[in-house]
Amino acid sequence: MAMSVFTRLAQPGHFMRWSGAALPALWGVAATLLGVGLYLSWFVAPPDYQQGETVRIMFIHVPAAWLGVFFYATMAVSAVGTLVWRHPLADVAQRAAAPIGAAFTLVCLVTGSLWGKPMWGTYWVWDARLTSMLVLLLIYAGLLALWRTIEDPARAARAVAILTLVGAVNLPIIKFSVNWWSTLHQPASILRMGGPTIHPTMLYPLLTMIAAFSVLGIALHLQGMRTELLRRRVRTLTILEAERLDAAPLPAPQAA
Amino acid sequence: MTRAFLAVLARDLRLAGRIGGSGALGLVFFLMIVVMVPFALGPDLNLLSRIGPAILWLAAVLATLIGLDRLFQADEEDGSLDLIAGTPAPLELVVVAKVVAHWLTTGLPLALAAPVFGLLVALTPTAMAATSLTLLVGTPALTFIGAAGAALTASIRRGGLILAVVVLPLMIPTLIFGVSATEAAGGGTVPFATPLMILAALSLVAAVTGTLAAAAALRWGE
Repeated sequence: MAMSVFTRLAQPGHFMRWSGAALPALWGVAATLLGVGLYLSWFVAPPDYQQGETVRIMFIHVPAAWLGVFFYATMAVSAVGTLVWRHPLADVAQRAAAPIGAAFTLVCLVTGSLWGKPMWGTYWVWDARLTSMLVLLLIYAGLLALWRTIEDPARAARAVAILTLVGAVNLPIIKFSVNWWSTLHQPASILRMGGPTIHPTMLYPLLTMIAAFSVLGIALHLQGMRTELLRRRVRTLTILEAERLDAAPLPAPQAA
Repeated sequence: MTRAFLAVLARDLRLAGRIGGSGALGLVFFLMIVVMVPFALGPDLNLLSRIGPAILWLAAVLATLIGLDRLFQADEEDGSLDLIAGTPAPLELVVVAKVVAHWLTTGLPLALAAPVFGLLVALTPTAMAATSLTLLVGTPALTFIGAAGAALTASIRRGGLILAVVVLPLMIPTLIFGVSATEAAGGGTVPFATPLMILAALSLVAAVTGTLAAAAALRWGE
């Protein structure tokens, strides 16, 4: 039952219709949540007693990290859809997710290093979590590069889907080994932010920002998928038109 | 089944021997990198012996990439890959045979030559043996991961660069455990067996995922 509803929603024609209807509302919700979340994190949340005002970077940093990982998971699920069901929308979803995920991962790294300068005294530390995110960004870069190199879209879709799944198998291993490596190389001398508990005055702004970023991410993703679908339609129409012109008999040369 | 495996293995070994490609070339490249590092860092033997295992491992990772782009591409271009894929033998088996042949001509020579190159960076005998052993255990992981990338990029002209970009992030765990196992052998807080076991596990995992992914990529690449 649920599957059939999903199948209907995933049919490209249906998808264009419902996503077109849903997007303005989603953009609205995203803008509102972002507004509220930014207000809370700038004006309501208190400065940290240790980190001062720089703690506010966390309200951007944490949601970006979450979305960077979330979109990789989206890509992995879409990759299964591409390989198992050969669903056209699965590939579209994967393709739209990659640049968004890469962008959020980059935002996470940049905000993290901006926070690190005043806190740790340096823009970059080879801390386990930073390094894992950096490797995630590298994997995103590899996927995007592979997409650009293979010209045929169907072939590119399958190649990228396979690579995405190989990456998904490897990401936990990478995470584990980077943790091992960083504990081996440096003692836990770094000031860990947050700790096990986080005060409610900071938790609520953070949760609002996470919700806002999630809705923003979904809206961006749907918009990207629509663009990609339209781009493919234009491509198909161009090819059809070119074939029609080729098939048409050449006009008789005019006698001069 | 076994005969098909051996046939592909023998064919690839013979090809590697006749074309005079990857094996010797990989070793020369390995030597080049090991020689370049002291020029960059200075001839301080204490420093070199401390970072020696890391240099050798990094060189091994880069040397594995040599010739990897031709692993499936050469067969794809002259059509022999299609013929091999048309046989009753499963494609996964063919992939394993080709990867084993590639490892025998690149990974194995690197592991065996590591002690000699270790002299250049002033490794102690223990460190030499450890580097050799960890390379022996760890380079299969590099080759199998690389094979997946090679299959994905088989149809791309000049796929070598994209292959490196795609494959190198996935080799990070192997590099980490290869170097830390080698360092653990020279004394340290961690017993030698722990990282070595994990390195072996990485090779086994890579053998499974790499084979499946490479076969899938070749099958669906058309």
